[in-house]
Amino acid sequence: MEKFQTITSTYVPLPIENVDTDQIIPARFLKATTRDGFGDNLFADWRYDKEGNPKTDFVLNDPTYSGEVLVAGKNFGSGSSREHAAWAIGGYGFRVVVSSFFADIFRNNALNNGILPVVVSEAFLRGLFNAVKADPKSSVTVNLEEQTITNNATGENEQFEINSYKKECLLKGLDDIDFLLSNRDKIEAYEQRRPYAY
Amino acid sequence: MKTLFDKIWDAHVVTTVQDGPTQLYIDRHLCHEVTSPQAFAGLRNRGLSVYRPEQTTLTADHNIPTMGQDQPIRDQISRFQVDTLAKNARDYKLTYYGLNNPKNGIVHVIGPENGYTQPGMTIVCGDSHTSTHGAFGAIAFGIGTSEVEMVLASQCILQTRPKTMRINFEGKLNEHVSAKDMALYMIAQLTTGGATGYFVEYAGEAVRNLTMEERMTLCNLSIEMGARGGLVAPDETTFNYIRGREFAPKGERWEEAMAYWQTLHSDEGAAFDKEVTFDVSQIKPMITYGTNPGMGMPIDGTIPTLDEIDEAGQISFEKSLRYMGFEPGEKLEGKQIDYVFLGSCTNGRIEDFRVFAGYVKGRKKADNVTAWLVPGSWQVRKQIEAEGLDRILEEAGFALRQPGCSACLAMNDDKVPAGKYAVSTSNRNFEGRQGPGARTILAGPLVAAAAAVNGRITQP
Repeated sequence: MEKFQTITSTYVPLPIENVDTDQIIPARFLKATTRDGFGDNLFADWRYDKEGNPKTDFVLNDPTYSGEVLVAGKNFGSGSSREHAAWAIGGYGFRVVVSSFFADIFRNNALNNGILPVVVSEAFLRGLFNAVKADPKSSVTVNLEEQTITNNATGENEQFEINSYKKECLLKGLDDIDFLLSNRDKIEAYEQRRPYAY
Repeated sequence: MKTLFDKIWDAHVVTTVQDGPTQLYIDRHLCHEVTSPQAFAGLRNRGLSVYRPEQTTLTADHNIPTMGQDQPIRDQISRFQVDTLAKNARDYKLTYYGLNNPKNGIVHVIGPENGYTQPGMTIVCGDSHTSTHGAFGAIAFGIGTSEVEMVLASQCILQTRPKTMRINFEGKLNEHVSAKDMALYMIAQLTTGGATGYFVEYAGEAVRNLTMEERMTLCNLSIEMGARGGLVAPDETTFNYIRGREFAPKGERWEEAMAYWQTLHSDEGAAFDKEVTFDVSQIKPMITYGTNPGMGMPIDGTIPTLDEIDEAGQISFEKSLRYMGFEPGEKLEGKQIDYVFLGSCTNGRIEDFRVFAGYVKGRKKADNVTAWLVPGSWQVRKQIEAEGLDRILEEAGFALRQPGCSACLAMNDDKVPAGKYAVSTSNRNFEGRQGPGARTILAGPLVAAAAAVNGRITQP
């Protein structure tokens, strides 16, 4: 996994609430057996018409907006557990998703793929949407080490939560399997002592 | 004093990372073709074996046709995905219920019906509706593919301990009200993200009175309000369901299991982070009108008007109604529909088919309706035939298909065409869920049967 470093970037606004993983990557694209190529179909049904032509009214097709950060409405990533949603977001080139609320499974999937979900207050989120509306070149800075996000248009700044284990993983580019495998002895010890073995 | 959730969670803690997640031991792992290939590829890349192969079971369900399963799958990419699952089963010596195996079916249907799902277990699967198994008093939840790889490699997963919520359903259900209606009512009240961060215990008189299959329907939909999972304390209903099933403990092992299972309930006075109570006499047969399962109302209800929606949600609300072709303030009772789907891990079990067949018996399918009746497993289908329900359905103009997830997520050919309305017993009404442009109205099997016969949304 790529190490996560401080990012300053313009951002893409998606002020829709409850963006579910079926929108992020529709089920018909889940037939692949590798992790590659999902970025091309990120938000496929919002992004392309039936003939596969880009819909000009969708933000990813608007050259005004770009960046490594996606800023979305409340409850982002609800629904299906498909990690393909995280692969699509990462494959497209986003390293950070900002929202006021994330669905649990999506948040875990993002973290397991080196994508940082940043939870901000409703007011901060509104501030980001307003800033980018006024100037599409507005940027944010996400500092994982300090756990801060800054709206560079207004200077407004917020702390965000992440547990220190996951933070270390992201900063060092480590994944959970390395950790779990290093704990084999503890797993075997658990299997001996568990209250009921199925 | 502990909650049921605490008891099961604590019994599975291998270790806790300081200021980090818990390393949780997993008793049962279920895999299907869509969310597992990259996990097995990850194992191969790292040169790892499956740590406890006897604790993982594979089935093909999401990406398979529901007709002609004895033939090779025509869609080449789908066939390759299913073949990859079979190869992974062979390479790692895992139990696999492939197409035409009598134990094949939707992963959350076959676990319970074979007695594989038991109280007190931790159960995971790369599928968000794994919460279904919580009906047995298990901690069961959906995971991503990286986590599937973790479980294959170590039989463990790293999880942050969720908060606990108890939802009490008090009173007696009205006539024609099902577990599906209870769930849609609950999600409409709590919203689609209202239980995010929580693990829910369902309790109260109305839950105790549910059959196991109804409890599965309720727990299945926990994820649709964002909960990690939902569970019900095991009781006589649970034990009677499990007893004698193929993988259930037998003889002395059964006695041991029962002694343990009977300790699995929330202690009196145990504290929950949140508690909600519903009076079930308020619940009527439900439908959804929007593009998430929280957008539900009684059949005779009206869609909210814009001023009833908070400001930040108005863009999404309008977008949703535009997609559905509905107006704020509109009534949907009497609205013509085009498709009916009976099936899925939510409502694809024998009791659902009994309800549907019971309604359509002596009636006829409406000419304007295309109906897909998809049993959740081969065992469900066999039971339908054993009870003669297939003949009742046939006489009413319906045909049974072969098991699979089918039109619930429309990865196969069972796609609702753009702009068409489908009354579905499945779990998600998201945009495009049942096919690009498809418009889904979620409901229980009885409401679906009434829609299939009347060709429109009606009271059952």
